[in-house]
Amino acid sequence: MATTSQPTSTGARIALHPCYSEQAHRHFARLHLAVAPACNIQCHYCNRKYDCSNESRPGVVSELLNPEQAVQKALAVGAAIPHLAVVGVAGPGDPLANPDRLFATFRALAAKAPDLTLCVSTNGLALPKHVDELVKYRIGHVTITINCVDPDIGARIYPWIFWNHRRIRGRKAAEILIAQQQKGLEMLVEHGVLVKVNSVLIPGVNADHLQEVHRVITAKGAFLHNIMPLIARPEHGTYFGLTGQPEPTVEQLRALQAACAIQRGATGMMNHCQQCRADAVGLIGQDRGAEFSLEKVAAMTVDWQAAMAKRAAVRTAIERRIALNAQIHHLNRPALLANQGARSRQRETLRMAVASNDGRTIDAHFGHAREFLIFDVAPMGARLVERRNIDRYCSGPVTCGDAAPALSNAIAALHDCTLLLCARIGFEPWRALEDAAISPNSERAGEPIIDALLAVYGEWRKDVRHPVQTPATGLCA
Amino acid sequence: MAFRIVAHCTNCWACLSLCPQQAIRAASPHFQINADRCTECVGDYADPQCASICPVEGAIIDAAGQPLNPPGSLTGLSPEFPTLSSTS
Ligand code: SF4
Ligand code: SF4
Repeated sequence: MATTSQPTSTGARIALHPCYSEQAHRHFARLHLAVAPACNIQCHYCNRKYDCSNESRPGVVSELLNPEQAVQKALAVGAAIPHLAVVGVAGPGDPLANPDRLFATFRALAAKAPDLTLCVSTNGLALPKHVDELVKYRIGHVTITINCVDPDIGARIYPWIFWNHRRIRGRKAAEILIAQQQKGLEMLVEHGVLVKVNSVLIPGVNADHLQEVHRVITAKGAFLHNIMPLIARPEHGTYFGLTGQPEPTVEQLRALQAACAIQRGATGMMNHCQQCRADAVGLIGQDRGAEFSLEKVAAMTVDWQAAMAKRAAVRTAIERRIALNAQIHHLNRPALLANQGARSRQRETLRMAVASNDGRTIDAHFGHAREFLIFDVAPMGARLVERRNIDRYCSGPVTCGDAAPALSNAIAALHDCTLLLCARIGFEPWRALEDAAISPNSERAGEPIIDALLAVYGEWRKDVRHPVQTPATGLCA
Repeated sequence: MAFRIVAHCTNCWACLSLCPQQAIRAASPHFQINADRCTECVGDYADPQCASICPVEGAIIDAAGQPLNPPGSLTGLSPEFPTLSSTS
């Protein structure tokens, strides 16, 4: 696929976004630039000494960047972390309350790193006004925080907004905010921009109302709904924190997410969000922000064209891996459960190696395979453990490239596997593998990996006269 | 006739770009209004822009030293609570 431009289909765009796709968030990195200080509304769960808590964890302060610094940081991170795919602006205030700073940043990034997906998170108040400009920079994704569609509820969440040069309070403020959010959502969907909706679950305020929010935003075409728990601690100095507003329990959150998920035609629910810091760098849950402080970034020189080429190569490799994982995804969970079971269950798990070029079928010649897919297979399914490159098992430059040492490297790489599945294998390696107590099997050439694994597993159980449960080939998550 | 930003200011930037007179400066330890430029927005807007977006009670005061946004007026917290600006 094209590697220097952004993917265009909705599925591809989601698949590459670490905040939206569970698969992608394990592989791709995202960077949030704290370039937008000002905000145009007040939320009762926010203390403006800290970053916006819609996207960040409350109580966090990021280092504010001007647009030049932000661009420099993004390019430096994109060079050092080639799996960077997404650059977002989410704070510390509302990006669209800082349009000059936001668009100056996006303009420069669109020129120097056009492969990176740009995104923003906003409260939505200024969204309709800026949709055209956002579309101009090919914004792939916008997150809108929508906590209600009812102004009476909104009045209990938002004490005021700044609108048309005035401070507006109470129900009227909520009415305007809600109208702008909904209009913005509709306009973005019309332009084909992906819209994720964040909602903060506030017990006793909008808890019973968020299913209605879910229904409305789904009908309008939001593609993902992320319901986050309110965080309200007195030490954060927020209105909710100081007035003793309770936080939701895990059960309340789960129950609501589940109730939304079963609505007809429901938008995807997101449950891997960890409320990452707004200036976080790296994979979600793996914060590398400290490596890229203002000072350190200013001292870096970046070849942004070389960095872009490197990112393209990494992306292609990751996409292949995601495609493979997607196929085995539905079998993962049951296998994990099986692995977590009693020891008797663990003994039923068999480690198998697969030689595959396309990552879908058994299509590689053992002698040509540079890497093997290692699976744990149990009665309930198969789980990809890792990919092993046989060169890692190389015993040294003197012996590398020689046929016999290549074989011993491969055998070393497969030392813990009971079975090896490949498309073809020569007589000599066959013997060598058997001597190493690894059973080669080329009978499943051309078959889909998972089907083949489960079938071979079943045969093996029979052979060794262990009690066999039927492999659950039709398992779905 | 001019307003003043005082120590409660959290340097949130919200006011700066709204001032029709470019009277506000990002300064340390807090933002500042140039008294020579500030017109209190008279002639430009019905409400003074800085004081209409400022999220911090007591951060902007008028010529008489009175806060444009007195305690409780923005947060809805009664003054017996510590204000958002005085918690740290
Ligand atoms: S009152 Fe108006 S003119 Fe004076 S500093 Fe505030 S925004 Fe500027
Ligand atoms: S809006 Fe208020 S708190 Fe923010 S910078 Fe201006 S005076 Fe300071």
